[in-house]
Amino acid sequence: MNFLRSRFVQAVLILIAAFVVLRFGIRPPAPWSVVQLYMTIVLLAVLIYVSADSDSWREFVHPIRSTLVEPDKRHVRLALLVVVPLLLGYYAYTQAAARPQAPPELRAVHPAPPAAIQFRGKELTIQGLDNPLRKDQANLKKNIAAGGEIYIRNCVYCHGDNLDGKGHFAYGFNPPPANFQDPGTIAMLQEAYLFWRIAKGGPGLPKESTPWNSAMPPWEDRLDEQQIWQVIVYLYDATGQAPRRWETEH
Amino acid sequence: MRDFRVVRQAGWALLPVATLLLAMAALPADAQEAAKEPAYRAFPLLGSRLAVWAIAQLHLNFAAFILGVPIFAVIIEIIGWRTAQERYDWLSHQFVKLTFAAFSTTALLGSFLLFLFVAYYPRFWMYMTSIFFPTYGIYALLFFAETFTVYLWYYGWDWLSGPRKWIHVGLGVLSNLFGTAILLVANSWVTFMMSPAGIDESGALKGSVWAAINNYTWMPINIHRLIANIVFGGTIAAAYAAFRFLGATSDEERARYDWMGYVGNFVALSAFIVLPFAGYYLGREVYAFNQTMGITMMGGFMSWLWIIQAILIGILFLGSNYYLWLGMERIPGSERYRKYVPPMLIILTLGFLIWATPRTLVVTMDEVRAMGGTHHPVIGVFGVMSAKNTVVNLMILTTFLSYVLYRRANRVSTRSWAGTGMAVQWAAMGIAAAIVTYYGVKGYFVESIVRIGYSVYQVEAVLGAIVVVMAIDIPMFRGARSTGAIRWGTIAPRSQYVLILLAVTFTWLMGLMGFARSGIRQHWHVYGVMRDNSVDAVTPALGYAANVITIVTIVFFALVTFIFWLGGLGERGQAAGHAHAAAPVLAGGSNPRR
Repeated sequence: MNFLRSRFVQAVLILIAAFVVLRFGIRPPAPWSVVQLYMTIVLLAVLIYVSADSDSWREFVHPIRSTLVEPDKRHVRLALLVVVPLLLGYYAYTQAAARPQAPPELRAVHPAPPAAIQFRGKELTIQGLDNPLRKDQANLKKNIAAGGEIYIRNCVYCHGDNLDGKGHFAYGFNPPPANFQDPGTIAMLQEAYLFWRIAKGGPGLPKESTPWNSAMPPWEDRLDEQQIWQVIVYLYDATGQAPRRWETEH
Repeated sequence: MRDFRVVRQAGWALLPVATLLLAMAALPADAQEAAKEPAYRAFPLLGSRLAVWAIAQLHLNFAAFILGVPIFAVIIEIIGWRTAQERYDWLSHQFVKLTFAAFSTTALLGSFLLFLFVAYYPRFWMYMTSIFFPTYGIYALLFFAETFTVYLWYYGWDWLSGPRKWIHVGLGVLSNLFGTAILLVANSWVTFMMSPAGIDESGALKGSVWAAINNYTWMPINIHRLIANIVFGGTIAAAYAAFRFLGATSDEERARYDWMGYVGNFVALSAFIVLPFAGYYLGREVYAFNQTMGITMMGGFMSWLWIIQAILIGILFLGSNYYLWLGMERIPGSERYRKYVPPMLIILTLGFLIWATPRTLVVTMDEVRAMGGTHHPVIGVFGVMSAKNTVVNLMILTTFLSYVLYRRANRVSTRSWAGTGMAVQWAAMGIAAAIVTYYGVKGYFVESIVRIGYSVYQVEAVLGAIVVVMAIDIPMFRGARSTGAIRWGTIAPRSQYVLILLAVTFTWLMGLMGFARSGIRQHWHVYGVMRDNSVDAVTPALGYAANVITIVTIVFFALVTFIFWLGGLGERGQAAGHAHAAAPVLAGGSNPRR
């Protein structure tokens, strides 16, 4: 088992083990971009591990150095001289070759909302705007129920009956519709933000947020102000999420 | 002869200050003229924005250095004064020498920046002048005071020694106060552009200028920049020491610069530990001021910058710890702590992995289908702030543990209660880690605003543990038995490249985050008040910005190297006659180099 005590072998084994875990141990499979990022960090950590003291570093470098300079390692050297460029060439080919699918896009997490919007001829200030239906606690359940009906009539086809973005049409869209169950979507946003997104849809997205695309229509043509607020209270109620509140302190 | 040289050097260095003051004196006239002039002019070849961007970044880099270094230089001087240890005095003088060398370049770049604003953005500058004119005079006066105090501090080092040392230390403190005041004034201008306050609908000042100064982001940026300046100053000073270490020709010289690099890194690390908290406070205030701006920064098109930021901060954490671990090799008795390195490395690596996990993943359509959406059920958990706040706090705790182990590496406590003390220390750190993890996990199950509040508890737990551990550690190791003196100068040379890497990483990070802070104004000179109507009124793509920032960073290091080289020339010329050239010899300096 002396073989396993070699720092170089340990480093290689750690890297292989990390790759296997990241590539095959996570289900569903992690995106390749994330695996690459993780492996870079693991490589950095492994290099620190083997070089954090001088004995360990000497031990790690020794097989590399002997392969490069010792006469009896000539055949290994020659083999590496062929294999390493081939591997690099293959990697370069895989990166450059045309694929039948669109390349991945860098997408913004949430497009930034404007300070104010025009809604049916009226200016609505988004900044600091609260859902007026929350003040009417007596009728909140009624409004939630109304919002549910609006959702079923208009939104369920894309956003799904579980509000998880897996409606009937969802698989035809790239990017897929928003998953409201995800704690990273509506739970992070104020209700005014949702009002803006629902009212203005994909065409109302800000230019500075590109690359971004959305097939959602602007619902301001079909829903009035109250109906949009109703569907918003329904979204939070049905998912069990709480909307983000405005911060007031300075 | 030496007096003449001092006067001549002072004269040259004062030139940019005088230029700045002249420029400031001409400002009202310039501002009036500007009203009749076009709103913008085009800077030849580069364009106005790129010219302002490059000079502003360079100016800020130098300013951060000359404001950050004196803060810890004076503390080191006080330590040397109170403990009567010459080596601290030498070290402090070395740090101030670096500041001094960069002082005139900072002022020159500041003057150049001012000229660029007046000449190429006259209408914008006229508007800023209409708001902040009362502060210009204060700024100029502070600059004068700062300059003369630093000059007296530097040149009076020998003159104000011995019984007059308290006056000298007082000058150091005073120069820091003036420097910080300059920072506060300049920050009021830049933060007003981000989060204007104290103005009416037309953008005119209503009432006192104080309301414009004390805007939403002013105090968060003051705190953030002050701490970041110390980190930056520490890393640059450590990189300078590393540079000198690698070029040293004697063991004594290597020992001195090894120690200087260690102190620089220690200062940087100490301040770096609290920097994420200050950054979080700033981010929170940006959100509180304007949701659009906050979302643009964290969730909008700037969000990808945070992935780069995460990677760079991860490198800073790993690099700082790595340097400490390498440094333990020169400490006899440190072998007993080597077993802690692998678990600490594992925590830091796991923390780094989570810290760098993007919120929105770069995915192909095949991967989206395989995941059942753009959200990954496992990795997605790590993309939100709950996870990131948790791991950054755990990384800070781990880094602190590295420092504690380094600190006691060659000491064995002789106190009867040492065992209990250490148990309490471990318990304090364990409890802090548990609190951090508890609130991190709980953060997934509460509403946003509550979760944001949890970060305060996490920070308090970590800071509390640090205070408890140090409160026990200091008395526990007072009068401790030594296992041998630190062999300064025998550290592995690769550690010095780490110091240089840390300085470059931090400088680059400053540029990137500065772009994020400035870029979230988007097409506004003054957010929501004065629109940018120039040809450059478009927020640059991240790739372009990264290229510009990288080039400016390279230019900065080229200038710093040149300035330090110039400083070294002077030192060589006067080595024999200067009291501080005869630097103290540190223990272990004569040991063979590894």
